[in-house]
Amino acid sequence: MSENNDTSGVIERRNLMKIGAAVGAAGLLASPRQVWAASGAPVKIGMLDPRTGTYAGNGGDEIRGAKMATDQINGAGGMLGRPLQLVVEDSQGLPGPAISKAQKLVSQDKVDFLIGSVSSAVSEALSQFAQQKKILYVDTGGHADDVTGTKCAWTTFRTCSTTWMLTSGDFGTLFKKFGKKWFFITPDYSFGHALERDYTAQLKQAGGMSVGNALAPLGTSDFSSYLIRARAANPDVLICLSAGDDLVNLLKQAVQFGIDKRMAVAGALQEMEVLEALPKQALLGWWTMEWYWNQPGVPHVAEFVDAYKKQFGGKVPTARVWFGFVSVHAIAMATAKAQSLDTLKVVKALEGLELPPEIALQPGKCYYRAEDHQMIANMFPGHVPPDATYPNLFEVANVVPEAQIAQSPQAAGCHMTYPS
Amino acid sequence: MELMLLYSVFNGFIVGTFYALMALGLSLILGLNGVINFAQGTFMALGGYIAFTLEPYVGFWGALILAPLVAVVVGVVVERVLIRPLYGRDPLFSLLLTFGLAMIVEDLVRTIWGAVGVPFSLPNYLNTPLSSSLFFLTGYRLVLIAITVVVTGALFATLRYSRIGIRIRAGNADLETISALGVNIFFLRAANFGIGIFLAGLAGILAAGQLGLSPDIGSELIMPSFVAIIVGGVGSLVGSVLGGLIIGIASGVTAAFFPAAQEVVIYVIMAAVLIVRPRGLLGQEGLFE
Amino acid sequence: MSTMIRGVAASPPRRSAIGRREIASGLIWLLLLLVPLWLPAIGGYTDLATRILIYGMAATGLNLLLGQTGGLSFGHAAYFGLGTYGTGLFLIHVVPSLPLAIIAGTLLGGIAAVLVGPMVMKRRGIYFSMITIAFGQMFYFVAVRWNGLTGGEDGLTGFSRVPLHIGSRSVALGSTGYYYLVFGLFALVMLVVWQILRSPLGHGFVAARENATRLRFLGVAVERQIWASFAISGFIVGLAGSLDSLLVNFTSPANFQWQLSGEFVVMCVLGGMRSFWGPFLGAVIFIGAQDYLSSVTQNWMSLIGLIFVLSVLFFPNGLLGFIRGRARA
Repeated sequence: MSENNDTSGVIERRNLMKIGAAVGAAGLLASPRQVWAASGAPVKIGMLDPRTGTYAGNGGDEIRGAKMATDQINGAGGMLGRPLQLVVEDSQGLPGPAISKAQKLVSQDKVDFLIGSVSSAVSEALSQFAQQKKILYVDTGGHADDVTGTKCAWTTFRTCSTTWMLTSGDFGTLFKKFGKKWFFITPDYSFGHALERDYTAQLKQAGGMSVGNALAPLGTSDFSSYLIRARAANPDVLICLSAGDDLVNLLKQAVQFGIDKRMAVAGALQEMEVLEALPKQALLGWWTMEWYWNQPGVPHVAEFVDAYKKQFGGKVPTARVWFGFVSVHAIAMATAKAQSLDTLKVVKALEGLELPPEIALQPGKCYYRAEDHQMIANMFPGHVPPDATYPNLFEVANVVPEAQIAQSPQAAGCHMTYPS
Repeated sequence: MELMLLYSVFNGFIVGTFYALMALGLSLILGLNGVINFAQGTFMALGGYIAFTLEPYVGFWGALILAPLVAVVVGVVVERVLIRPLYGRDPLFSLLLTFGLAMIVEDLVRTIWGAVGVPFSLPNYLNTPLSSSLFFLTGYRLVLIAITVVVTGALFATLRYSRIGIRIRAGNADLETISALGVNIFFLRAANFGIGIFLAGLAGILAAGQLGLSPDIGSELIMPSFVAIIVGGVGSLVGSVLGGLIIGIASGVTAAFFPAAQEVVIYVIMAAVLIVRPRGLLGQEGLFE
Repeated sequence: MSTMIRGVAASPPRRSAIGRREIASGLIWLLLLLVPLWLPAIGGYTDLATRILIYGMAATGLNLLLGQTGGLSFGHAAYFGLGTYGTGLFLIHVVPSLPLAIIAGTLLGGIAAVLVGPMVMKRRGIYFSMITIAFGQMFYFVAVRWNGLTGGEDGLTGFSRVPLHIGSRSVALGSTGYYYLVFGLFALVMLVVWQILRSPLGHGFVAARENATRLRFLGVAVERQIWASFAISGFIVGLAGSLDSLLVNFTSPANFQWQLSGEFVVMCVLGGMRSFWGPFLGAVIFIGAQDYLSSVTQNWMSLIGLIFVLSVLFFPNGLLGFIRGRARA
């Protein structure tokens, strides 16, 4: 709610309606894209992210990152010499409303690109929608393997990591450190199912076993019945795969039951948004971050963090901020490379596109893999240190290049087909 | 196996106490005010957030007492301004009004306290299990049960023996007559609404300690509370409490043995009750028929 | 079609007003017919109009029960949701035929309403609403938890608006084509509802609302009237759901949620529960406002809530009732 810093490029709908009314009439006569090219009107990116519901906190951060990138691009001359405009819509974190809003962005606002999503369910629905409409969609933060795996689409790119990477980022550490009997508490939708499947596959291969999997619906606030089952199964590790507010409640209750005294508490994805909402007693566990603000010695990161703090009220940027930031910049770079807004040309330009260090904000090579459109960057596994205080809520153990752990596009099941 | 059953019955009982508290408040307001208060869930969230704000100044126990009272003040104002014009009109209107009110309050909570959940800390001595074999018995859960028992007991005693309680019950039975007898029914309804909101606010704080605090925390509890009223029988406060505990335990046990049906089971129970005994377990004959 | 407007059966239309009403309804039909021409020009989009027709259809169907029969259902999203899943699953698992899929969705929603009816029909007022809403939630949780069939929380993908086969020709339905399909079915539904309201059945609905006790003394099975009304509205809402799933080629458990049921009710109240066009008008205002507000501000929820509150406090007879009251005064 600290987004009073709207600048000229970031136009929320109220201003857009005026433009829309003017452009709309002309749009009847000719295809709108030609009208804009002639008049030098803004290039539009439609962003769908939750501002209400369970994932509203995560959604807000992705939007802030995207806004920051939009400002930078407009400050440096815009996109193809035209101003860039970010049109934000509330997806509520649910696929149904997200699709309705996507329809509006494409039909009414005539956006050139779509980005966004926190939940995998939304990503999958938007990916199918974008392919039907032949419009480029960059999935900022929905992790399920399928999006760039079995359900990959020529129009879809993904900035965040896959569930496979999330699990393999810290699997080895957890297995060696804590033992081979694991119990899962899994959110009951694609993201959770994919994480559980990926961990279990690696666990079996390493000779461990899963002693149970409790499926919790999205938005669960009372985890006690799942924790009772976990405790009865007596595993070495309790794997908590929930996200957002759900993970906050799960960790809080696990600590109340003293579960953390009897088994290791760990999981795949951990986020600053979650750690911030945890009471002191519940700050614990071994996890993976996808990006972390504190990377001593890595160029440009400190400047980015300072700039973000200045713009958004002193908070440090999170991985979600980075997703939004990178997704917008990547589209801008690809259009510059393609010198066009044509979907297929921009898609081709994005394939293999490497992020420069001031955008990658981490060591090594970061790029969208050409075969399946998956971003290959780094993982930051580690743990929550004892007596952690904001913003030092996480201790990165090591930086794992995703190129080492990612499934090959073939193994992920992606067979990309393009329109002829 | 037996141990697992014991755990899940107890666990369901805890969840049931939340349902019971919510259902009791809803039931009171439904009886005398003739309103299904859809906003009960958001008043619950409001109670939790107020407690979260007060807690640094007055401590957990202070917040536990003060926050429901603040919620009551808000509730009484709402009753005075929004609900009162609707008395005597089609129940549809109060339904819609509280429905809209629920959206407004949820949005307000999100705007004031943020979309991300907030950390509501309990005193450390409440936050640990009593023993390692009975790990599910935390100090907090016992406190929670004790508070619920005390508050419910006090409420029933008030209704039974105090002047205002007797009037509320009489108003439930026949509002026109007690109005004719000179009772100020506007005051009575306001007081009754306030008591109902007090219960919601209290449930909110207790839930905040147990479940965590986010703007939509109430929406998960309000539907089962409706079911609790239907199962227990409309018009019976004891029925509401009983209904809450029954469906809480049923869903707790189902969660352990057939997790996929843990939510559906309470609606199946409801359908069964409606077929076998349409007025609910302790409901009065002829009410709302 | 222009004679399709009338008051409720209980109050015979006044002679002097008929001419005006005919013109008004003729104008509505004409505007609806030409939507793809004028809506984009004022900044709207055709799919939005399609959605409004769909929700208007659902609200009109619900209003048979709500406004005419006096049954306060707060659970009609259940039949809408069943309509969406019925159509989606039919397209995926049975045959890719558009007409059959629409029929399948309609039947699924309607038959569920037929089955739930007997459990609610004896209740009145608030109690009726509580039971209907609880049954709605039951279907919601089935959709969330029956992952293998419904796709659970992720929703149901993998089906799409297949081309319509007319004779030997195959017609692909774009935004405009689909609008006209929905428009045709909308007109059909309005015609059916109008006929019902004129029939003895429709008069029975109103009688059940106005004076159930008297009806019982006359030997009429009031419960049956309510059941019939419940079932018919279930079929119509199911059809609306079916069309909605084809609009976005997607459905999810959100289509079962009680919030959606509440939105249907507020559409009826907003437009006017006692008038033929009221629910549709309510849908126009509500969907339009929702579409606009949720884009303009992240506090859209408050504003939508405010619409609920204000319509109850200031327009209890709906917009049409308000206009009519003004005209009379």
